[in-house]
Amino acid sequence: MAMMAPFLKYGMFGDETSLVLAFLIGIGFGFFLERAGFGSARKLVSQFYLNDLAVFKVMFTAIVTAMLGVTYLGWIGWLDLSLVYLVPTYLLPQVVGGLILGVGFVVGGYCPGTSVAATATGRVDGLVYVLGIFAGMLAFAELYPLLKGFYLSGAGVAMTIPGTFGLPYGVVVFAVVLMAVGGFYGAGLLEKKFAAPGE
Amino acid sequence: MNPYLAGIGLGLVLLAAFVLVGRGLGASGAFNSVIVWAVNAVAPEHAKHNEFMAGYLGDGSSSPLKSWLLFEVIGVFAGAMFSGLLAGRAKVMTEKGSRVSVRARLAMAFGGGVLMAFGAALARGCTSGQALTGGALLNLGSWAFMMMVFAGAYAVAYFVRWQWR
Repeated sequence: MAMMAPFLKYGMFGDETSLVLAFLIGIGFGFFLERAGFGSARKLVSQFYLNDLAVFKVMFTAIVTAMLGVTYLGWIGWLDLSLVYLVPTYLLPQVVGGLILGVGFVVGGYCPGTSVAATATGRVDGLVYVLGIFAGMLAFAELYPLLKGFYLSGAGVAMTIPGTFGLPYGVVVFAVVLMAVGGFYGAGLLEKKFAAPGE
Repeated sequence: MNPYLAGIGLGLVLLAAFVLVGRGLGASGAFNSVIVWAVNAVAPEHAKHNEFMAGYLGDGSSSPLKSWLLFEVIGVFAGAMFSGLLAGRAKVMTEKGSRVSVRARLAMAFGGGVLMAFGAALARGCTSGQALTGGALLNLGSWAFMMMVFAGAYAVAYFVRWQWR
């Protein structure tokens, strides 16, 4: 089959249309976030008290679904995976940033996407969290001259797991699927063990 | 909704983004665009001389608000509101434990947001742009990031549990 996707990169439409698509894709994103119950901080943080592992389940099901999709569409020669944008790898700032973000997640109860979903469904704590994100972003930008050295430390090229470790793409995909299935089974066991009283 | 069904739905939305525009989902970048726009509107010289903000402003020919992620996040707001109204889950309230004051919970939410923004800026993405999108693309940095998000959250979960009692 002839290579034709990503559509935008193959010139099937322009940047203006891609903004309309952004809005439509966002609607789907927000819909499923809210459906999963992620407009609620209490539901989200239950992940970290082990009585409801929906965050893990939803996230890994989504990762596996999209991963299998791009892998399959790549294999049949329909999607050029090399044209899909990869965030460049700066391992050290990403590791430290991940830690700080994880703390912010459990302290405030949301992440950026879910705080928007929470605000949209009337959660005042979601709205205040959004204000906190704006304040933090402004602070980061103002402190950037001090943080620049660390921000730019590390490699700075997009590295995939198969590329870095010299493994065939399909093998890594298969390993992620196995890991997810094992994780889903383990999540069920943990939920039974840590069930919130009265549930 | 069953979490696995919601996950498949979310995964298909992510796949649609890859196929249609060649990029994944995101959220934190949209907040950045708004901040840069606001600073540029109030103090354009200041914004231009800040290297981080200048990156978002580009050559000035296009407004920072004309950002793919910002349009996507406006969609997130609309989609979540639609789903919440449909399910009767949309109502004005503060989520907290019954023994916690609203003021204390909101202070925690604000502080969490500040930390989140710092982490997302350092990591070049958040749970959507890094963990979800990069996870599906087998991006090494995204997987390292994702493990650290869980590590950081589990490490301090015990100390902030009082908000939910």
